[in-house]
Amino acid sequence: MRLKLETRAEPSRLMGYLSPLFAAMLTVIAGFILFSALGKNPLQAFYTFFIYPVHDLNGFAELLLKASPLMLIAVGLACGYRANVWNIGAEGQLVLGAIFAGGVALYFHGSESGLILPTMVVAGAIGGMLWAAIPALLRTRFNTNEILVSLMLVYVANFLLSWLVHEPWRDPEGFNFPQSKQFTESALYPVLLPGTRLNVGFLISLAAVGAGYVFLNRSFLGFQMRVAGLADAAARYAGFNAHRMIWLGLLVGGAAAGVAGMGEVAGPIGQLLPSVSPGYGFAAIIVAFVGRLHPIGILLASLLMSLLYLGGEAAQMGLQLPSAMTGLFQGMLLFFLLGSDVFINYRVKVVRPPKVQVQLAQAAA
Amino acid sequence: MMDTLIPILVAAVAAGTPMVFAALGELVTEKSGVLNLGVEGMMLMGAVTGFAVASQTGNPWVGALAGMVAGAAMALIFAVLTLNLMANQVASGLALTLFGVGLSAFLGKPYESVSLTVAPPPAIPLLSQIPVLGPLLFNYHLLVYVSWALFAAIAWFLYRSRAGLVLRSIGESPESAHAIGYPVIRIRYLATLFGGAMAGLGGAYLSEFYAPLWVEGMTAGRGWIALALVVFATWRPARVMIGAYLFGGVTIAQFFAQGAGIAIASQFLSSLPYLATIVVLVFISRNLATIRLNAPVSLAKSYRPD
Amino acid sequence: MSSETTASAVIPRIELRGITKVYPAVVANKNVSLTALPGEIHAVLGENGAGKSTLMKIIYGVVKPDAGEVRWEGKRVIVANPAHARELGIGMVFQHFSLFETLTVVENVALGLPGKPELGELGRRITEVSERYGLPVDPRRLVHSLSVGERQRVEIIRCLLVNPKLLIMDEPTSVLTPQAVRKLFETLRQLSAEGCTILYISHKLDEIQELCTNATVLRGGEVTGHCDPRQETPKSMARMMIGKDLPHPQHGAAKTGEPRLVLAGLNRESPDPFGTDLKDMHLSVHSGEIVGIAGVSGNGQQELLAAISGEEPVSEKHPVILCGAEAGRMSPAARRELGLCFVPEERLGRGAVPRMSLADNALLTAHRRGFVTAGLIKFSAIAAFAASCIEAFNVKCGGPQSEAKSLSGGNLQKFIVGREIMQKPKVLVVAQPTWGVDVGAAAFIRQKIIDLRNEGVAILVLSEELDELFEVSDRLAVIAKGRLSPAKPIKETNVEEIGVWMSGMWPDAGDPAHFAQEGEHAAQA
Repeated sequence: MRLKLETRAEPSRLMGYLSPLFAAMLTVIAGFILFSALGKNPLQAFYTFFIYPVHDLNGFAELLLKASPLMLIAVGLACGYRANVWNIGAEGQLVLGAIFAGGVALYFHGSESGLILPTMVVAGAIGGMLWAAIPALLRTRFNTNEILVSLMLVYVANFLLSWLVHEPWRDPEGFNFPQSKQFTESALYPVLLPGTRLNVGFLISLAAVGAGYVFLNRSFLGFQMRVAGLADAAARYAGFNAHRMIWLGLLVGGAAAGVAGMGEVAGPIGQLLPSVSPGYGFAAIIVAFVGRLHPIGILLASLLMSLLYLGGEAAQMGLQLPSAMTGLFQGMLLFFLLGSDVFINYRVKVVRPPKVQVQLAQAAA
Repeated sequence: MMDTLIPILVAAVAAGTPMVFAALGELVTEKSGVLNLGVEGMMLMGAVTGFAVASQTGNPWVGALAGMVAGAAMALIFAVLTLNLMANQVASGLALTLFGVGLSAFLGKPYESVSLTVAPPPAIPLLSQIPVLGPLLFNYHLLVYVSWALFAAIAWFLYRSRAGLVLRSIGESPESAHAIGYPVIRIRYLATLFGGAMAGLGGAYLSEFYAPLWVEGMTAGRGWIALALVVFATWRPARVMIGAYLFGGVTIAQFFAQGAGIAIASQFLSSLPYLATIVVLVFISRNLATIRLNAPVSLAKSYRPD
Repeated sequence: MSSETTASAVIPRIELRGITKVYPAVVANKNVSLTALPGEIHAVLGENGAGKSTLMKIIYGVVKPDAGEVRWEGKRVIVANPAHARELGIGMVFQHFSLFETLTVVENVALGLPGKPELGELGRRITEVSERYGLPVDPRRLVHSLSVGERQRVEIIRCLLVNPKLLIMDEPTSVLTPQAVRKLFETLRQLSAEGCTILYISHKLDEIQELCTNATVLRGGEVTGHCDPRQETPKSMARMMIGKDLPHPQHGAAKTGEPRLVLAGLNRESPDPFGTDLKDMHLSVHSGEIVGIAGVSGNGQQELLAAISGEEPVSEKHPVILCGAEAGRMSPAARRELGLCFVPEERLGRGAVPRMSLADNALLTAHRRGFVTAGLIKFSAIAAFAASCIEAFNVKCGGPQSEAKSLSGGNLQKFIVGREIMQKPKVLVVAQPTWGVDVGAAAFIRQKIIDLRNEGVAILVLSEELDELFEVSDRLAVIAKGRLSPAKPIKETNVEEIGVWMSGMWPDAGDPAHFAQEGEHAAQA
């Protein structure tokens, strides 16, 4: 007697909704086991990691604050992933967005103009798109794999940022620390919820989720991208321009990441530093998958992911566990999701040995 | 001139060795039709495990072995997901990297300021005295020689052995191989685990012998470069070696440039390996026919026997 | 022959009793029984989807039955896997070859043999067997450079090297020219005379009559009868196979008009190293006529279709003229604007996206018929279009929202053909219209194509089935090694002649006179 995977005649829609929930549950269970193994009281650790961070208004605002770049980037990435365009370098595009936006902020440093902030948003988008255009160009003209190119550019972007804050853009009054001047009020996002750090950038992210929904599910262009991702021979047959899909897929992701990067430096960070992101670009990839490349799912998944970030910080302070726990949980979540996804297309069956079945068949006949 | 060139070449070889292990392992995996993008994660797990075990036991070779086991264990997760549960190979490989990065950072916390005492590479008596060739070929750490032996073994395996022929046939058409009766899934498992063990060994070499230290994320993209190397080498072992050592050279260029007083920002030199990777990828990919003729046909496609 | 007088005394080579195999969506085999004697050439007859391939896979150990038993030379046996089957003495030549293109013939054969054969010695054995049975092939060549017919020879030789007692041939002649089919039959008769049993899977009644001494007929996974093909007529066998008479299309009247699709010296080097180059092709298809192109796969059909559809445009404008416009460089979308509709040979993955609904698949090519406004999809309109297509073309499915891959081959093909026809094309190009499709759906599709011609559409049909082409075409041409023969009116040619042309030998190939012939046709319109 053994277990066998049997293909379903039609993919299960129910499992499509349930599998992220399964994955989340399994992650929590794994967390329990992990906490116990580390010698911490699992219930207390669970509370510290998952509940405490959002127990007050400020905590809730932090949840939304961290979810904001995640959902923005993930929606952008999802557009590309649906078309089999694998943008893995969102982290680098985020950095470029931060650099471009930061450049605008520094150039107009001291000015009170209300145009600075919108210009920074546009600059951030341009920076991200520029960085994403490189893998797009190389893939369409030279058939180069965009996964590796976009990833290599993450490292390059980080080095570029490092050089900028160490050298030309270093704050002369910054005690020689590698950082830029702090941005003035006119170059910072206004706060949305007084007393917290939640800012207007959150509204931009929500708008992006809405736009993503319309684009992916209702627009013809979104349809073309889905076809390209599911069956590229069919996309060619239909006359959909494959190159356009690639450019669009990468540029949308790049723009989203760039605006998210701008949001970090115009938001909680308030200046340019050698590191402007705790890995949001990579975490957003997980958010996109866990959210099943669907804007609503992405919204929910970004909240979960944000909680994992907060949990890691809380665990460091309250449980003396390294904040690297966050990365660990995030990776586990994605693994569990990929594993649970199997039930969408397959069913588990118990296989009995043939002779029993001969009797069954004879009985039935 | 020889005086400066030889040390550069030697340093390039040593620097390229982690990538030799990882890329050769991934080559075997990909030849069977499996694309494992988790090399970076597997290398980091090999690095942290090797370092930790070496630090605890005092024996770096046990550490290296532990690193291999760690890499293979990570590959096992990937194999179960993609070969049994039919998950998408690209997504699973990414998941493996992210998980490996996170897990290794977590496990390595206690070892961040630990130092390992490592004996310097033993100079092989007599042979290393030969002018020019001596220092060039015979002054390495033992694992470098192991990597050369590995290259020879893999080349022989793939092109001169029956088992290698079977592996290549599976990479080309798992359906046909299955129809003839070969255990496709089992062989892909073995190829994937082998790739993981090699990535783990490359990571362990990096943290235990090359650096030697442990820092979060210390592979700094070498796993990804190893993936690019396999493409650049058009899936042939000899070219993997050449590519790996070229990259080793680019990686250490920054130290030599700084030493020679060349006034270029260190960040630019540090980004050279990554820029160079992009350049070589473009170079090799631009002719579609090259990839079409050399890449295993079934690479990254899910396969399910009835 | 011997089987009649000694049937009771001879132990059957192979016997199947009560074989049943069930898949999630379909019962492939139900209670199938079959007996074949040594030296017998036994046909397994049935239309597409009847369960023949599954049955053979069970015998060869690729698939395990859910119920029933297999008896080999009188003894009950469970065939664990293909290697075990080969040990028993069973060889199988698959419909879709299990060869490795980047390896040589010797390496391919070696992979199919047990143990570790030495490659040089093996090369010699291959040459010996190939000469003995009339299957010439060079052991050192890479498989991707072989023609389809040569690849089949490699498959057969691979089986013969283990001295099989049972040889299973799954639809072997769909990739052969008529002359090559004759040669194959000679080889099979030689094997049968030496005592080898042959199971011959096919749906081609005339071939079975010519070759086989016994037949088992399958329909819908069950056995509907056994017979001796030599005593039957094609009509009686067809009735056993599909339960009623073979349908024949009604032709009606048609008037040819202006040329709608013209190939004027089409040349194209294939970017794919394994592909075929197109050389100086000339053709003209007029409104109100069906032009057929016959040819065994691998002779440039894919490349030709891609050049016509625009999936792989050529570098110059003039070699492809669509409704009077020079379209060589146009994309598929632009060509659709001109009135071209196209049914590709792969249904799933190209003609339709398997995981998408029929409504979404309708949108795939019909989108410019008013189903997209301001960039947004009009969902109810396209669903209505899909529903009317389903109704008009008799597509059995769960409605416009069913997934494409849940339909049977025949029904999906009807949907795809219907989708294209309902867009009222001026030119329709169809590749392998009834491949893998059940007889009823095949007849339906052919009738629809003829009806469309009667309405004045210019139609180009590419097919490997000569019978089909002779049934529907007005004029017939042959594609061979990247070149196109002149198109002869169907009444002036026959299967034999076309068969000869399929090896590339038509009169005045490369002679300016043959271009003049095409030019005349264009001038006549």
